Amino acid sequence: FFLLPPPFCERPKVDAERQKTLALKMPMELTQSRIQKIWLPNDNRPALPRRSCGPQLANSPTVIVMVGLPARGKTYISKKLTRYLNWIGVPTKVFNVGEYRREAVKHYSSYDFFRPDNEEAMKVRRQCALAALRDVKQYLTEEAGQIAVFDATNTTRERRGMILNFAKENGFKVFFIESVCNDPTVVATNVMEVKLSSPDYRDCNSTDAMEDFMKRINCYQASYQPLDPDDYDRELSLIKVIDVGRRFLVNRVQDHIQSRIVYYLMNIHVQPRTIYLCRHGESEFNLKGKIGGDSGLSNRGKKFALALNKFVEEQNLKDLKVWTSQLKRTIQTAEALQLPYEQWKALNEIDAGVCEEMTYEEIREQHPEEFVLRDQDKYYYRYPSGESYQDLVQRLEPVIMELERQENVLVICHQAVMRCLLAYFLDKSADEMPYLKCPLHTVLKLTPVAYGCRVESISLNIEAVNTHRERPEEAKKGPNPLMRRNSVTPLASPEPTKKPRINSFEEHVAVSSALPGCVPQEVPTQLPGQ
Amino acid sequence: SPSRELTQNPLQKTWEPYDNGLPAGHSAQRGVCMTNCPTLIVMVGLPARGKTYISKKLTRYLNWIGVPTKEFNVGQYRRDLVKKYKSFEFFLPDNEEGLKIRKQCALAALNDVRQYLSEENGHVAVFDATNTTRERRETIYKFGEENGYKTFFVESVCVDPEVIAANIVQVKLGSPDYVDCSNDEATEDFMKRIECYKNSYETLDETLDKDLSYIKIMDVGRSYLVNRVMDHIQSRIVYYLMNIHVTPRSIYLCRHGESELNLKGRIGGDPGLSVRGKEFAKSLAQFINEQNIKDLKVWTSQMKRTIQTAEALGVPYEQWKVLNEIDAGVCEEMTYEEIQENYPLEFALRDQDKYRYRYPKGESYEDLVQRLEPVIMELERQENVLVICHQAVMRCLLAYFLDKPAEQLPYLKCPLHTVLKLTPVAYG
Repeated sequence: FFLLPPPFCERPKVDAERQKTLALKMPMELTQSRIQKIWLPNDNRPALPRRSCGPQLANSPTVIVMVGLPARGKTYISKKLTRYLNWIGVPTKVFNVGEYRREAVKHYSSYDFFRPDNEEAMKVRRQCALAALRDVKQYLTEEAGQIAVFDATNTTRERRGMILNFAKENGFKVFFIESVCNDPTVVATNVMEVKLSSPDYRDCNSTDAMEDFMKRINCYQASYQPLDPDDYDRELSLIKVIDVGRRFLVNRVQDHIQSRIVYYLMNIHVQPRTIYLCRHGESEFNLKGKIGGDSGLSNRGKKFALALNKFVEEQNLKDLKVWTSQLKRTIQTAEALQLPYEQWKALNEIDAGVCEEMTYEEIREQHPEEFVLRDQDKYYYRYPSGESYQDLVQRLEPVIMELERQENVLVICHQAVMRCLLAYFLDKSADEMPYLKCPLHTVLKLTPVAYGCRVESISLNIEAVNTHRERPEEAKKGPNPLMRRNSVTPLASPEPTKKPRINSFEEHVAVSSALPGCVPQEVPTQLPGQ
Repeated sequence: SPSRELTQNPLQKTWEPYDNGLPAGHSAQRGVCMTNCPTLIVMVGLPARGKTYISKKLTRYLNWIGVPTKEFNVGQYRRDLVKKYKSFEFFLPDNEEGLKIRKQCALAALNDVRQYLSEENGHVAVFDATNTTRERRETIYKFGEENGYKTFFVESVCVDPEVIAANIVQVKLGSPDYVDCSNDEATEDFMKRIECYKNSYETLDETLDKDLSYIKIMDVGRSYLVNRVMDHIQSRIVYYLMNIHVTPRSIYLCRHGESELNLKGRIGGDPGLSVRGKEFAKSLAQFINEQNIKDLKVWTSQMKRTIQTAEALGVPYEQWKVLNEIDAGVCEEMTYEEIQENYPLEFALRDQDKYRYRYPKGESYEDLVQRLEPVIMELERQENVLVICHQAVMRCLLAYFLDKPAEQLPYLKCPLHTVLKLTPVAYG
């Protein structure tokens, strides 16, 4: 029997009087949970939400309402924000009304559908919005969702008023995110990046599609009522993102999670850039099969460092930042690059506590129970006096935030750390994260594209030991599925409620997000003669 | 070419490259290069809008997270120059003598800013004055450009008369300017002082100032306008300013009750409470009850001793791993005698620079501050909170609230079975 992390928003019915009585009777008896190593009171009374990472990020569920004309980045923001929130452990889901519309109206003919005088279409569009809101309600009240992102234009006060009423009836908080942009270049770029390949324009050529879409935008302009925090909307909680982040207007941030959302939105940008993730070169401990520690590079590891230097040169990047952990092996690797680098303690490998510097055989011998527990729930499992993947995510959050701010960055880190970072970029769930493949001597090159991230795996062709352990067969069955259903394992952004059509544009993009466990595509080495 | 040799710094345990036995120019140790060039923060706003409050608080925060910051209050320069303040007439827009002196003071302050940022290794300077005209702000911006500083404006706009009146009562009546006045006289004079600025006040403008980096804070944080955040430190400053509030509240800091290892003189570990420690927990419950605190949040670490202490309170509490005691690495669960015996060099090094000293395979106070930053940020957001933590952790938190520098932080007194009650008042 082991404890699963309780739902984020679970509010156990705690009777204050009863709790006080119990507190007096029970002389502070605690037991440490076996997987997460959390101290809990003995008597099985409903303890408080046992999220290990601190404050109640949100009490009531929140509906985030996107606002803006088409091609202003609403869906981009929705997806990215959702990915971030899920990664930090806040169950979040996007509800894109456009997708509901595509389900309802099988074939899109032209912008005429969006004309304000098209009564039939207006009816359909309104129904789609209501259907989406019904699903929002289900997600937040019955599926343990914490945040629902309602992705639609929501450009009229009337529509926003309807959503506010809906939220009020259900006890949800509302936070508006408006994207305002009048720069025609930006709008045109957006249209090209993500609209031309939309299912709506499957049968069109680019020019026709562009022309139709611009007319579509026009349909909304006359009735567009931007958020007005100075007057009409002064009581609402909102952020207005102006000109792709040049300027922000923030009104009435209510709680911690809204504050984090604002901070995140203010740090992201859309400049093209590349992020490179790799591990240190093979270390002496790797050779011995020992985990953790602070050993130096093996001979092959040093070769990798040199190969990495060559690789970086060939990438011919402008202004590459290089980050390492504070462990010797990543620093030695960076030294070969002959570039300035920054050491982050937060990038140190997962702390294996009492198991540091042991081989897996030694762990199995000396800590047999721990060995088994880890395979049962590798994300939440915390080494005795050490860390869990969940702890890693918390300590890596500032790294992610800074990566969002930066442009070209090479992060030289460690296996567990790299898995956490990769899971963020590729939107992998907590369940998948500890099993992502991050082999030694391989660089993962990440490029933002459309709504996601393209990943290229580049092996530098230097031999190294394999440190990857697959999910064991027995553990694959997992714990009691009934229990699992009620728990909230932080998810990857869940599949949209309406199944995307076979030819969904989402498949053309970000192949990474469609792959089951991460199987980075093998790309032939780019180093000749190796 | 062979890599430079890496050697581990004995104090901080960080790996640094050496070339032919000499330290080579190397990587930044802190996670992120917070500031490339120095930053000049320029406050903007009518009197009694909280500029000095924000300046001091922001300066305290930045210093605590390790960014050398100093504030320069032009009013202070004026008080040093004009020994005795007579009346608001000094601030009349047509008072040529007054204007001359005030400009002189501003320039003197800017001169000190330059010295601090360019010669004394300061990273951030906060220029605290009204700076209400575009002309004055342009002068300052040019000064920043000439010296290679990035400039970031922080404007506080507030029209709520109650807020302004409260500010005056909190911090103006006790000002040296009004030491010989009654409260009524002082208030009346100060209101006229504010009037002197109003006609020439040019708020930061969406169009005219569109290329400047700034945050406009409206109505004590109800809303914000943020323009052109340039870099990491500005982003952190904005985040901080958006999380602080002025609602009265109290923060209670204490350690867990005495633990079994405390009794044995051993550090670290994850022991439970001793008998006396349990007594303390019960007393704490009583104390909290008597304080009659509205909506108290209780936070603990994830170590047994703080949780046991919280359990006695009979109220909900939240466990934070980042509130765990400093990790003493290989010295965990040792007595200081054992450490001295087994690791004499480490023992000596720790006393040399207790703030930066990192235990082998453990942490330093400096590491603690970095991991506690989210706690501080959340404490700023919250109202009444009781934090049940540990000695080193409590010292770090206390240093933030009491503005203690790194050298003093590891020696702050945080005895067992003692609660520190912190209440914001005036500027501190």
